[in-house]
Amino acid sequence: MKTETKARKAAPTDVDKSRLVEMYTMMVRIREFEERMSDLFLAGKLPGFLHPYIGEEAVAVGVMTALRVDDYITSTHRGHGHLLAKGGDAGKMMAELYGKATGYCHGKGGSMHIADPDLGILGANGIVGAGIPLAVGAALASQYKHEDTVAVSFFGDGASNRGTFHEALNLAALWSLPVVFVCENNLYGEWTCQEQAMKLCDIAGRATGYGIPGAAVDGNDVEAVFAAASEAVARARAGDGPTLIECLTWRHGPHDIGDPMRYRDQAEHEAWLEKDPIPRCGREIVDRGYATQSDLDRIVAAARAEMAEAAELGEAGAPPSEEDVLTDVYSG
Amino acid sequence: MGTKTMTATQALSDALIQEMDRDPMVYLAGEDLWGGGNGGVFGVTEAAYKRFGPERVKDTPISETAILGSAVGAAMAGLRPVVEIMFVDFIGVCFDELMNQAAKLRYMTGGKVRIPLVVRACDGAGFSAAAQHSQSLEALFAHIPGLKTVIPSTPADAKGLLAAAIRDDNPVVFLEHKTLYAMEGEVPEGEYVLPLGKAEIKRPGTDVTIVTWSAMVHRALAAAEQLAGEGVAAEVIDLRSLVPLDRKAILESVAKTHRLVIVHEAVGTAGFGAEVAALVAHEGFDLLDAPICRVTAPDSPVPFSPVLEGAYIPSAEKIRDAVMSLN
Repeated sequence: MKTETKARKAAPTDVDKSRLVEMYTMMVRIREFEERMSDLFLAGKLPGFLHPYIGEEAVAVGVMTALRVDDYITSTHRGHGHLLAKGGDAGKMMAELYGKATGYCHGKGGSMHIADPDLGILGANGIVGAGIPLAVGAALASQYKHEDTVAVSFFGDGASNRGTFHEALNLAALWSLPVVFVCENNLYGEWTCQEQAMKLCDIAGRATGYGIPGAAVDGNDVEAVFAAASEAVARARAGDGPTLIECLTWRHGPHDIGDPMRYRDQAEHEAWLEKDPIPRCGREIVDRGYATQSDLDRIVAAARAEMAEAAELGEAGAPPSEEDVLTDVYSG
Repeated sequence: MGTKTMTATQALSDALIQEMDRDPMVYLAGEDLWGGGNGGVFGVTEAAYKRFGPERVKDTPISETAILGSAVGAAMAGLRPVVEIMFVDFIGVCFDELMNQAAKLRYMTGGKVRIPLVVRACDGAGFSAAAQHSQSLEALFAHIPGLKTVIPSTPADAKGLLAAAIRDDNPVVFLEHKTLYAMEGEVPEGEYVLPLGKAEIKRPGTDVTIVTWSAMVHRALAAAEQLAGEGVAAEVIDLRSLVPLDRKAILESVAKTHRLVIVHEAVGTAGFGAEVAALVAHEGFDLLDAPICRVTAPDSPVPFSPVLEGAYIPSAEKIRDAVMSLN
C-alpha cells in the first residue's frame, strides 16, 4: 500500500527529523522502562513504593532535549522519566529498584533517591517540593562560579502549593538565577484533584506574582514542551533569570503501584488516554514522512528488549552486604 | 603566632574571613548578615561583608526553607555554603531541608554527592528573649545521622571549631550560645583550626567528672572553683562537639574520678546528657562509684520573666549541690 505524506502546515514548534525521532525514542524507552518495572513490582520482585511516570513522557523528554549534559535537574518521587531522559543508565536504575549493590545508589536509596551528578542529576526526592530550592541552589552555584549552566526543577501541581515553591521562586527571581521551574500538572496531587487543592487553578499565572515569565503548555506535545523549555533555558543561560513553565499532562497509572484509584473519573481518564504523547508523536513522525510505522515499531521493540535486559541485569546484581548500612553516612 | 584578647563575635568573624580567604567557594547567606549596615544580628558577619561584599555575603529574604534548601543544592554543585539561621529556634521552619535533605542525600545516593555545608545559629537563654528565641536544641541535631553538631564555649574554640566546620565536607550544625558573643578570651592569631570530635579538659580534677558544653562550661567552672574550696577537685570536660563525640575523653576521665555529673542548659528529658549517661552506664559501669547525675533545665519552655529564666538556667550552685549529693 502506498503511504502518502499528508500535506500539513509546518508549526513554529516543529523540530527536525532526527530530533523528533530521538525524542520519540526516548519517550518510548521511558514507557518501556516503567511498564517493565510495574510488571516486576506486581510480580512481587521489587520492594518499597514505585511511582510510574507513564503518560508524562513528553515533559521529561521535551525539557531534557533543551538541556546540556552539564545542566542540572532536580526530580521528584516520580523520577524515572527524568533520570532516563537526562541520560541515566537503565541497568543501574533497575538494579537500584531491586535494592542491589550494583544499583545507582548501591541499594541505599531506592527509586526516590537516585542521583547521578556526572549527568547533572541532583536526585529524585521523596519529599514533595523539596527539589525546588535544591535546583535554585544549583543555579546559585552556576551564577557564583560565573558558569553558564542552567538548573531545572521538576515538580507537580501538588508541590506548587508547598512553601518551598513560594520561597524558591521568590529567591530565584530576586537574584535572577539561571533556573527553570517545570510544573508537571497531571491534575492530581496524589489522590486529590487540583480543584480540591487550590482556589485558582492556574499555576503558570503564579509567575506574575514573582515577577517572572510564566507559560502554560500542552504537556503531551513534546515539541511544544521543547519549544517552551528552549526559550526558558536560553533566558536563564543569558542571565535573564527564571521562568515558570506549567505542562498540562496526565498520569496514566496510579500515584504509586497498588493505588486503587477510586478518585479517578473514567470519562476524564479515557479522554486523556486519547492524548497519549507517544502515539501522538508517532503520528507526527509518520505524517511528516520522517519515518514509517515499521521504523517506529522497531524502536518500540528495541526499547522493550533493552528494558528486559536491564531488568535481568538488575536482578542478577549482587545484594549489598550488612556492613553497607553504615557506609556513606558521612564524607571523609 | 601569639594570641589576642577578643570577643567570640570577633573570633567567629576572623574564622569566617580566614576560611573565605582560603577557599573562594565559601559563601555566607542569611537574614540581615549586612542588614544595610547594621552588620548582622550579633555582628558576626559585618567584617566579612565589608571585605567580600554582597557576592559572597548574601542577605536573603525571610525564607529559611529557601536559604537552607538552596544551600544544600549549591553544596551539591560545588560551593561551600555557611548559612545563618538567626536563632536556632527558627530551625523548625526549614527542618526538612536539614533532616531529610542535607543529612541524608549523601547516604541515599550511595555516596554520589557530598554536602559541605555549615548551618550557624545562636542558641540559649539569658536575655529574656522568651520561649521561641532561647532554646538549646542540640539534642535534635545529634539525633540525625549525617549531621555533625558542634558547640563551642569560648572565643578561641569558636574560631578553631568554625574553621574546622567549614573545612569539613559534611553538613555541620554550629551552635553559638548568645552569651558567648560578648565574652572575651585569648584567641590565637592567624590560621587556627581545631579538630572536630575532640573534647577538652577545661579544668583537670580527680574527684568528679563534670561533662558539659556551651555556656554551662562556665557555670561548671564556677562550681568547680567553689568545690575546690570545699575539698573536692572537679574535672570539667567541655565536649565541644556532640557529633562526633569524644567517647574516649569521657571514659578516661570517669576512670580517673569514678563520679559523673552531666550539665546542659537544654531541657532534661531526652537531652544529650541522656546519651552521655547511657554511654558511661554501659561502657563505664564498673568505673562508677555513684549514680550518674544530670543537671539540666526543667521540662518546660524557656520562661520570659528574668526571675523565672534565672531559675530555669542551671546555676553554679545547682551544679555544686549535685556534685555534693553524690556519695
